[in-house]
Amino acid sequence: MTDSSSSSTAAAPETGTFRVKRGLAEMLEGGVIMDVVDATQARIAEDAGAVAVMALERVPADIRRDGGVARMSDPEMIEGIKAAVTIPVMAKARIGHFVEAQILEALAVDYVDESEVLTPADEAHHIDKWRFTVPFVCGATNLGEALRRIGEGAAMIRSKGEAGTGNVVEAVRHLRSIRGDIRRITQADSAEVYDWAKRLAAPVGLVQELAATGELPVPLFCAGGVATPADAALAMQLGASAVFVGSGIFKSDNPAARAKAMVEATTHFADPDILAKVSRGLGQAMPGLEIDTLDTKLAERGW
Amino acid sequence: MVRGARGAKVGVISLQGAVRPHVDALVELGATAVPIRTPDQLDGVDAVILPGGESTTMSMLLESSGLFEPLADRLGDGLPAFGTCAGMILLARRVLDGRPDQLSFGVVDIDVRRNAFGRQRDSFEADLEVAGVDGEPVHAVFIRAPVVERAGPEVEVLATVGERPVLARQGSVFVSSFHPELTGDRRLHARFLEEV
Repeated sequence: MTDSSSSSTAAAPETGTFRVKRGLAEMLEGGVIMDVVDATQARIAEDAGAVAVMALERVPADIRRDGGVARMSDPEMIEGIKAAVTIPVMAKARIGHFVEAQILEALAVDYVDESEVLTPADEAHHIDKWRFTVPFVCGATNLGEALRRIGEGAAMIRSKGEAGTGNVVEAVRHLRSIRGDIRRITQADSAEVYDWAKRLAAPVGLVQELAATGELPVPLFCAGGVATPADAALAMQLGASAVFVGSGIFKSDNPAARAKAMVEATTHFADPDILAKVSRGLGQAMPGLEIDTLDTKLAERGW
Repeated sequence: MVRGARGAKVGVISLQGAVRPHVDALVELGATAVPIRTPDQLDGVDAVILPGGESTTMSMLLESSGLFEPLADRLGDGLPAFGTCAGMILLARRVLDGRPDQLSFGVVDIDVRRNAFGRQRDSFEADLEVAGVDGEPVHAVFIRAPVVERAGPEVEVLATVGERPVLARQGSVFVSSFHPELTGDRRLHARFLEEV
């Protein structure tokens, strides 16, 4: 808004504030964000009740299978998905690749995922996310990683899990680690909080804030290996406030039905009768992988 | 204690979206907040809040949860309601730029355009003068916000950005493009609770 003749706005509107960035994450709470590779999949996702879609060229299961360097998607493909749906569109940039992020901001995507699913572009630095108007989500395996990303300006944190495996065990580990340490820090006295900051390699101010509020300053979502409605509800019961589903929908037998079931399971996560109802007759879930058999663990990317 | 708040049971539609900030606001003001995901939970509520989130998702979930018809009946009987952002869209008579199958309750005689200010990079904060709210301007957070494109004769516009209505009421139903639940300012929730 640049209209200065406004009858009732008292001060100039301000864009790109942290409240506005975190605010969109809060609006996505209780929802499912789905990976899509084209406009057709994006429409299926929106029809099923997705709160947002993640536009990417290959879902993590295919990135894992194909190998090679995985990069930001073609802008033309992202534009095609933006045109196909009315819900927010996210896209991934490589860890540390701030120019990919600049391009995604220029494309007016609604959230940038600085993602370990793509091949990292920098072995020491993540993107300085404060320099952007577009908000960022980043993955984390533990609380220290989450707080470092928030210190760099991330407005949403998600578990990394182990993308493309259809195996939820790593996401569960990451959520339990993050939530468990938050609970422990609320029991720490003021001197112990400094030690926590040192052990977590996290900004002291953020650890102090956490000790006082008992909450991360941004929403915590689940990602990585979610393949069934029960997986989504498990993540929610473990304290995630929304769920990313990558390969789990479009690598399954019946994507439309599974997508809708995941949405309903995320809403009614604490109601086993509804979970039983929506889990019926969905066909085969995506094939799963044992974590021990993996050559590349995506969750180990990022620092 | 806000007039209307004591003992009031206010349902917060909790299918998807920013539910907790509304619950926090209600509790701070002395009301009881009741999360609503299934039709039986509507029993005995004195008012209802439809939060921000994605209106297309909520529309699907209102149908699949069986909430749409009982909630439409209660709204038709005059249940006070406050819809913020997606909630405004769900309460509107007509949704522009929505999905063709998108449900709305139609209890406020307005046409609403979704994402009217643009995409997330255009989301903004601004101070608003609100009719009937004294003191400092209301600091408002707009996130991929909708706007009122037409307001019927029964609708009272309470705040605008430029010429565009962003806060309005029809009887005891309030709608806002922005998110009063995301700031600590409880004046609009308090104003709503006066109707309960």
